[in-house]
Amino acid sequence: MAHPAAGIGARRLVVGAHYGLGGFIAQRVTSVVLTLWVLLVGASVLFGPLTYEKWAGLFAPLPMKIITLIALLSLLYHTWIGVRNIWMDYVSPVWARLSLQVLTVLYLIACAVWSVQIVWTA
Amino acid sequence: MNTFTTEKQPRPQFRNLGLSQLVTYRLPMAGLVSIMHRISGALLFLALPFLLWLFDLSLTSELSFERLRGVASGAFFKLALLLLIWSFFHHLVAGIRYLLLDLHIGIDLKSSRNSSIAVYAVSLLLTFIAALKLFGAI
Repeated sequence: MAHPAAGIGARRLVVGAHYGLGGFIAQRVTSVVLTLWVLLVGASVLFGPLTYEKWAGLFAPLPMKIITLIALLSLLYHTWIGVRNIWMDYVSPVWARLSLQVLTVLYLIACAVWSVQIVWTA
Repeated sequence: MNTFTTEKQPRPQFRNLGLSQLVTYRLPMAGLVSIMHRISGALLFLALPFLLWLFDLSLTSELSFERLRGVASGAFFKLALLLLIWSFFHHLVAGIRYLLLDLHIGIDLKSSRNSSIAVYAVSLLLTFIAALKLFGAI
């Protein structure tokens, strides 16, 4: 936990976590969403030969598109918290950490846009 | 009893590990699960565009689906994919263990150690089955 004096003014830590329950809860909720999605997709395709019709048919209905997009966005948010923690643990200079965090966010936003495109044109 | 002794007792010191010590330092099982959880997560993070590309190929059309089959037939590709599959299963199973620990299930030393071993057993078994499937044995 940051020293109170570090939380205000010019010495404020701009690249830390927010030291609340938010990230902690989000990490766990998204992990449950992902596990359920993996089980759902796994159970749908694990039995019998996997053809294109079967695979594409699974992702064709609108509800499945919505579920899959929720899972992919959960994955990216889950990834953001995890990777942010890695930067916070191993990279201490603020400029380096901030750069890595900005690059991570841009990378994940790019993945999010691509995910929408994949799921919605399928 | 000699309460007023001024003799200096050697105190244990705990410092951060240096890089050279990392190689020989023996982590407990729970520590191994933990660091592998992080490494596997980082690996999956770096592989995201590759995985999205595979997902895209698999869904776009019958043609791209067949192209994916073609790409996936190479031995190097299969090994790379298997590494990611192992990362995924380890991250998933270790994550479920962490969710249980969050619910205060199995937090004593002995069951925590046993569950770390179980994480390796289950994730490696799932990876093995995936490998059999990937290399066409089943």
